[in-house]
Amino acid sequence: MKKKKAPRRIRTVGDNCLIGASGEYSDFQSVMDTLEGMVQDDVNYDDGEKSDAKSIHSYLRAVMYQRRSKMNPLWNDIIIAGKDFLGYVDKIGTTYEDSFIATGFGSYLAIPILRSKWRPDLTEGEARALLEDCLRVLFYRDCRALNRIQIAKVQGDDDAVVSDPYELETNWSGFEATKGDMDGDGGW
Amino acid sequence: KSSKKADFVAMHRNMYDTDVTVFSPEGRLLQVEYAMESTKQGSACVGLRSENYVVIGALKRSVNEMSSHQKKLMEIDGHMGIAIAGLTADARSIAKWMRNECLNHKYVYGSAMPSKRLCEELADKHQRTTQTYVRRPYGVGLLVAAYDEATGPHLFQTCPSGNLYEFYATAIGARSQSAKTYLEKHFEGFPSTEKDDLIVHALKALSGCVTGDGELNKDNASIAIVGKDHKFQLIEGENVAVYLDKLEVDGGGTEGGGDGDAMEE
Repeated sequence: MKKKKAPRRIRTVGDNCLIGASGEYSDFQSVMDTLEGMVQDDVNYDDGEKSDAKSIHSYLRAVMYQRRSKMNPLWNDIIIAGKDFLGYVDKIGTTYEDSFIATGFGSYLAIPILRSKWRPDLTEGEARALLEDCLRVLFYRDCRALNRIQIAKVQGDDDAVVSDPYELETNWSGFEATKGDMDGDGGW
Repeated sequence: KSSKKADFVAMHRNMYDTDVTVFSPEGRLLQVEYAMESTKQGSACVGLRSENYVVIGALKRSVNEMSSHQKKLMEIDGHMGIAIAGLTADARSIAKWMRNECLNHKYVYGSAMPSKRLCEELADKHQRTTQTYVRRPYGVGLLVAAYDEATGPHLFQTCPSGNLYEFYATAIGARSQSAKTYLEKHFEGFPSTEKDDLIVHALKALSGCVTGDGELNKDNASIAIVGKDHKFQLIEGENVAVYLDKLEVDGGGTEGGGDGDAMEE
């Protein structure tokens, strides 16, 4: 959604969990309010227990499925990332975990790239480059998208970090056929 | 002078002990204390923990030779169980609530309920009964044994008063002082104690709590263990006989008094 210049679609929960969401932004904000309440509850209990990515994922699953069952869904597809964990929950309470996950157009355009390029021993630099490649394709092929992206990282027990938005370099040569001039029918 | 005070207390006990919400002149809630008395009348339970395990044990009473022995240890979840002393029916009601809480937590958060949180809520539940007209305190004390992935083994004791205590080792119920004395002597070595030896310690502690002419045997002894990579496991009957035999080999009985006749021949 590019109505705003930099909507925060990836956020941290607690210190070391990342949440990213597609879909209705206000529902995502509501989900974040709930999760921040959960983190505060942990602080108040003061007993050394911390919500980790896995329990947040399970909690969201319970919430999303219940809302769907009441015919009043939270209209989001959500990715949860944390230490040794990457999971997905969607508006009807479907869940899965995998080594790479995508929502929206990403599941059509990015997943094939990830399937061919992902390795379990990717370095951080390689992983970032791979994500940028996927996001670049998404920019090329989704007319609503901008080339402004954010990448976030959580590593081991370190605090999660979300980058500032930055612009991807793109190369439009080779797309002349889509410029829509008088010659040809705009196809390739 | 002390007898005057005793008279004073005795005189006033009757006036202030009918309602749970009424303080006595000494600032005590007598109904709560009477409820704790119920715990002290129940047969003994012990609990002890090492670095990776918690063991709880209990002496099961039977009404007479024809009857079964009263169950004293109950599983709450894979990582948690309780030993009860006092009104069994109250204990079962509490166990039902604990099991429900653990199950709900597992459904929502996909992980085992942290034991300290559950016990704190349990203690608050006890307290609520001491501050309302229409209810009475729970007449049972619990030893809660649990192993949390994040924080390790725990042993908690709950009280009708709503107090919550955490222990390395403890005992409650009738003649439990004998067990406590034994545990006090040995608890510093518990953290490094092996699983089977921990169970033997529990049985030794329990053996001091039997009545004068009784003995610890496979019918009245009950043990449970929970720990790292070890789901809550009840050990009774023939399974506990194996450990009771070890008791006799070691020379049995407790050093804290009681005349357990665990020595064969």
